[in-house]
Amino acid sequence: MIRSHVLVCGGTGCTSSGCEEIITVLQENLSKMDLAEEVSVVKTGCFGLCALGPIMIVYPEGTFYSMVKPGDIPEIVEEHLLKGRIVTRLVYDETVQGDEVTSLDDTSFYKKQQRVVLRNCGVINPEDIEEYIAYDGYQALGTALTEMTPQEVIQTIKDSGLRGRGGGGFLTGVKWGFAAAQDAEQKYVCCNADEGDPGAFMDRSVLEGDPHVLIEAMAIAGYAIGANMGYVYIRAEYPIAVHRLQIAVNQAREIGFLGDNIFGTGFSFDMELRLGAGAFVCGEETALLTSIEGHRGEPRPRPPFPAVKGLFGMPTVLNNVETYANVPRIILKGADWFASMGTEKSKGTKVFALGGKITNTGLVEVPMGTTLREVVEEIGGGIPGGKKFKAAQTGGPSGGCIPASHLDIPIDYDNLTAIGSMMGSGGLIVMDEDNCMVDIAKFFLDFTVDESCGKCAPCRIGTKRLYEMLDRITKGQGRPGDLERIENLCLYIKENALCGLGQTAPNPVLSTLRYFREEYEAHISQKRCPTAVCKDLLSFTILADTCIGCTVCAKACPTGAISGTLKQPHAIDQEKCVKCGACIEKCRFNAIVKR
Amino acid sequence: MKSLEELKAIREKAKANMGIREDRENMVRVMVGMATCGIAAGARPVLSAFVNEIANEKLDVIVGQTGCIGICQYEPVVEIFEPDGTKTTYVKMTPERAAKVVHRHLKGGEIVNEYTIGSVNK
Repeated sequence: MIRSHVLVCGGTGCTSSGCEEIITVLQENLSKMDLAEEVSVVKTGCFGLCALGPIMIVYPEGTFYSMVKPGDIPEIVEEHLLKGRIVTRLVYDETVQGDEVTSLDDTSFYKKQQRVVLRNCGVINPEDIEEYIAYDGYQALGTALTEMTPQEVIQTIKDSGLRGRGGGGFLTGVKWGFAAAQDAEQKYVCCNADEGDPGAFMDRSVLEGDPHVLIEAMAIAGYAIGANMGYVYIRAEYPIAVHRLQIAVNQAREIGFLGDNIFGTGFSFDMELRLGAGAFVCGEETALLTSIEGHRGEPRPRPPFPAVKGLFGMPTVLNNVETYANVPRIILKGADWFASMGTEKSKGTKVFALGGKITNTGLVEVPMGTTLREVVEEIGGGIPGGKKFKAAQTGGPSGGCIPASHLDIPIDYDNLTAIGSMMGSGGLIVMDEDNCMVDIAKFFLDFTVDESCGKCAPCRIGTKRLYEMLDRITKGQGRPGDLERIENLCLYIKENALCGLGQTAPNPVLSTLRYFREEYEAHISQKRCPTAVCKDLLSFTILADTCIGCTVCAKACPTGAISGTLKQPHAIDQEKCVKCGACIEKCRFNAIVKR
Repeated sequence: MKSLEELKAIREKAKANMGIREDRENMVRVMVGMATCGIAAGARPVLSAFVNEIANEKLDVIVGQTGCIGICQYEPVVEIFEPDGTKTTYVKMTPERAAKVVHRHLKGGEIVNEYTIGSVNK
């Protein structure tokens, strides 16, 4: 009899921290201690607290072991699994109060979360369809097919208020309604699993931790609009997700949730994966469909919209992974349940990938309307090193930054757009007082320039010119009138680019200009970077009254730019200095500063 | 997959295997003392015996370990906690006694008085 389950996180983050070795060592030690018949090891998806990986949860106690190393395993097996003594030094410290181990749900990371999309991640084995079924899997599909009409399904999704989670925020039910209303011999249901935003990994975690929810949702969508075929466009850079999704599709076909005559109703639906090839633009809906068709991923003008004329010219519903992940739950629990969460115009929850300068990097899911302050300070655990919050970037290269003055903004689609940012797909990068906002804007633009498909001139040429201007400014070559030129070009690109990539590429520039104009002005008129980030505007100086002449820095300098005799203050030759920072790293007397 | 009933059957079976991950307050808990005194006295085979018998009888019960409760001379000790608050302390347990406790107490609902701490003092 199995009396204990040990759940080990097998998401990409923990895999790169070595969870595979942990699982192997765990199984070896269980055999050694004769516990293999009593304890089962389950590899799950992402628990969300990625900063503390590799993660292991032992049931029935619910003990949350964090930052587990292979060397810790023999002790955990002998002390906890055999003798029942929890190894408190390895337990996530927030769950340990004195001698007692408390519930994970009470920790500041999990307390304010509401896991709807992520409900199965970290809880089930994603490669076992029966575990998905145990937690009501495929019940929604069965109910929809046997007890609801396609129109009723669409009405339920409309009434729930679910909006596209890929960033567009379009009402999902309305989109499905458009496609259903079309008269065509063939229709398609597609999923955007390209997740190109740097720093975003919400969709990845759903695909790695709960792939069946996507399959179930797409089948429901197929029934609603009258499609019998689906495609998941998934980026090739997610090998674990691709692998698990394919296993899930095979299992679904085997049992009969995909294929002909599902649930004996005469409805047939099947789906296939299509791998991306490294182009951010293929996350844009029309470029994505063009790519599935076998062409180079380039967007098309709209109208006609994909719901009317999409894949292979047929009516197509294309939704993001997270949007789909909400569908089965809405069908099972009803539109009213979903609409009871969130704000008036933004219902439900949103998954955010917290990154950057924040203590609890990882994945969180909160009801819409949660404030940015709650996400950053409470759930995120604040800024490490006691630094001050400066801004949070939402929406990746298409989004804008939110400064400290807006920390109390309730997060929802319309509030974020009103202050110059956007919800985006959910990437939330936190920046502190040491980040240079001009450098940040340049970073995002560097990305967009690289990813521009080149089809339309405003994006192809405009973003490049924009990047060049920002680059000059960070190198101290800004000229009077630059900011006006930048603003005009930004507005022009926004209005004239063919697709969302170009139309939103100027957003990081416009929002950093709106809230941090003084940093731009310092770079241009004073040739100074206030946060000492832009290398060309920095000089490294040795403080003569602090330097004791130990010569360590001179020896560390790769270009021989430091001179001085033993026991005398040294000096840096600015012409030879390449600003690598090696001298500052080696100096034990804090005698070198960069400014 | 032909019907909702078929799905339900799979679900019930799968759920039974995953019950351990739930937060279940109203479960019978069998706690085997696995402190140093317990292990030295032979608690490991007692734990295995409970696990095997419970599996054979297909009972829905949590088996766990506990530390030293202070009556080291009476080890191996097994405490059974029931949802209504009843606690039974069995002492000087052996694998054979474990099997009897599973059948008479867990399955039959009748405390095995001769193995409890109460009867040792008589």
